Amino acid sequence: MLLDALLFQLGYNAALVMIGAGLLGLAAGMAGTFLFLRKRALVSDAISHATLPGIAVAFIVMEAFGGDGRSLAGLLIGAICASALGLAAVTYLGNRTRLSEDAAIGAVLSVFFGFGIVLLTVIQAFGYGRQSGLEGFLLGSTAGMLRSDATLIAVSAALTCAIVLLMRRPLTVAAFDPGFARVSGQRPDWAEAVLMAVVLAVTVVGLKVVGLILIVALLIIPPVAARFWSDQSTHVLWISSIIGGLAGYFGAALSAIAPDLPTGPIIVLCAFGLFLVSFLFAPERGVLASVLRHFRFRRDVHMRQGLLALAQGHPIFEDLTLKLLIRAGFASADGVPTDTGRARAAKALRDEARWREVRGDPAFERAAARYDGLTDLSDVLTEDQLREVDARIGPPVGAA
Amino acid sequence: MGFEFVSLSLPPLVIGVCVAIACAVPGNFLLLRRQALIGDAISHVVLPGIVLAFVVAGSLSSVAMMIGAAVAAVFSMVAIELIRRFGRIEPGAAMGVVFTTMFAAGVLLLEQSDTDGVHLDVEHALFGNLEGLIWFDALGWASLLDPVALAGLPVELPRMFAVLVIIVVFTVVYWRPLAVMSFDEGFAQALGLRTQALGMMLVILSALAAVAAFDAVGSIIVIAMFICPPAAARLLTNQLGRQVWLSALLAAISAIIGYVLAGYGLGWLGYGASVSAAGMIATVSGVILAIAAVCGPHRRRVS
Repeated sequence: MLLDALLFQLGYNAALVMIGAGLLGLAAGMAGTFLFLRKRALVSDAISHATLPGIAVAFIVMEAFGGDGRSLAGLLIGAICASALGLAAVTYLGNRTRLSEDAAIGAVLSVFFGFGIVLLTVIQAFGYGRQSGLEGFLLGSTAGMLRSDATLIAVSAALTCAIVLLMRRPLTVAAFDPGFARVSGQRPDWAEAVLMAVVLAVTVVGLKVVGLILIVALLIIPPVAARFWSDQSTHVLWISSIIGGLAGYFGAALSAIAPDLPTGPIIVLCAFGLFLVSFLFAPERGVLASVLRHFRFRRDVHMRQGLLALAQGHPIFEDLTLKLLIRAGFASADGVPTDTGRARAAKALRDEARWREVRGDPAFERAAARYDGLTDLSDVLTEDQLREVDARIGPPVGAA
Repeated sequence: MGFEFVSLSLPPLVIGVCVAIACAVPGNFLLLRRQALIGDAISHVVLPGIVLAFVVAGSLSSVAMMIGAAVAAVFSMVAIELIRRFGRIEPGAAMGVVFTTMFAAGVLLLEQSDTDGVHLDVEHALFGNLEGLIWFDALGWASLLDPVALAGLPVELPRMFAVLVIIVVFTVVYWRPLAVMSFDEGFAQALGLRTQALGMMLVILSALAAVAAFDAVGSIIVIAMFICPPAAARLLTNQLGRQVWLSALLAAISAIIGYVLAGYGLGWLGYGASVSAAGMIATVSGVILAIAAVCGPHRRRVS
């Protein structure tokens, strides 16, 4: 069943919705990366919650003028107006009064949402009941979508995607270094405005699919997940958009076979699943990589200390050290060093003696900074330098 | 006005006022400490906990709800810390990931848990059901003195009232440290105040208020209760004591006006229906904030 959905076998509408959701996720992943870099992800939360009264007013107006209140295009225009108003309110409260931006975001988000709920109950009170389908905008609902609505979503998602793609250079520069952007002749405030416009577009297009309460997740989760894979902004951008796209696509497919459930939470949980994969398995920053690194480090420390102990003829009491030495063939089961073990131990001791000399000499300051008790000095210094050090400390003990 | 009012309107009205004040008072300090969105975060995170508690316990009892919410909150804190540590990701983004995911999980759980009691559905969780908290046993004003009838009060009323009392007592007892900490955390630490413990206490009490208010106003509108009255009060005065009193007053006013408008507003226009009380309370508090933002005497930043 899921396979059918993934392969677009569940009908034209479902396929359109899945493509639209995928494109939406792509655009959201990209726009979200810039928000993440600018640390303004929560502004989008205010924008998305602010759409609700706009949707309700648009419904009422369209019904009042004898039209069909459920027309998606009309509702989305209402949503755009209301969310622009919400954004303006956040900006006013944050810049013109002494309230901080997060207070402004919280206030706008909850008040607009509350007012939207009031309007929804008004619409119910006037007898449209549940047929208005406006509740679907809260958490997303893609079941039984009209052909025209699905097309509208797919097309506008593709447009949003194209805009972010075109604007990604100025957006990146403005996100990292507004000062540089200004002196290089760009307008960072414009880039900011474009970013907000794109976020608004993502929010509005995502209303029907993800819903206004959870759309912010599609802007936050992909970039954070992508951050685990790379340190480079362009890579993060692409990985984030891919994660967003996959989440949208899989989520919409899953929702197509579970029409009773709201689509938004499913898409969000898909995004979280991809995040979890990144969190666990990403190289470098992933949990698995960290654990492996930890064990490798521990092994190296024990090995080194064990070899030094062998070289100096100290008994080894630490079980793990002994086990590692025995496994490497450096010691026999009773802790007596083998011939290879003796050779390696002498080498480790020699290295330690060289390090001691290097660390005592200010001329080798740079090299001495790399001392961690594990690195071989021959990895740090050149042949000539090593020879110089050796000349100072004399021949190895026992070799004479 | 007698029987009907006492039975249908008085309990939700009182609960609404209690919720509004219980959220507004800690909201003052959260606002000053730039933690205004903590209320938002808490209300999102506790949803799966509350739903799980509801599924396990079969009803929305106070104890189960608090335990579920606490478990969810602790779980989210651990998750945020893990993500922050491993990914070296700023706390705001890590919080965003955890909160939205937990909220999504809560909503799906809610949809899955087929509860015939019709006590808890998605709409309920999002914007509460203040007008549903009615007092069946009331027969009129006299019932306020009748112990048998009083026993039938909606359980949310004593619960919310208790939370309000706890919060007020905390605020009064720790007034000085709270005030010092909110304006100058470094100075408070230099004085030897345990600001971390106190800050944690503040967050826990806010969580308590948010969870207790869940039934009445749901998990999104409660944010308005945390932010709007304190924010409006902050624009009206420069003195913390006055600000807290004013915020409580504004909260109570929004609750009363909001409830009355929601219950009777459409009736005055000639339609016999009511609208969402929680939504209306948020709207009224937003209007008050807007007025304060446009003409409050202390709205500008001191530069």
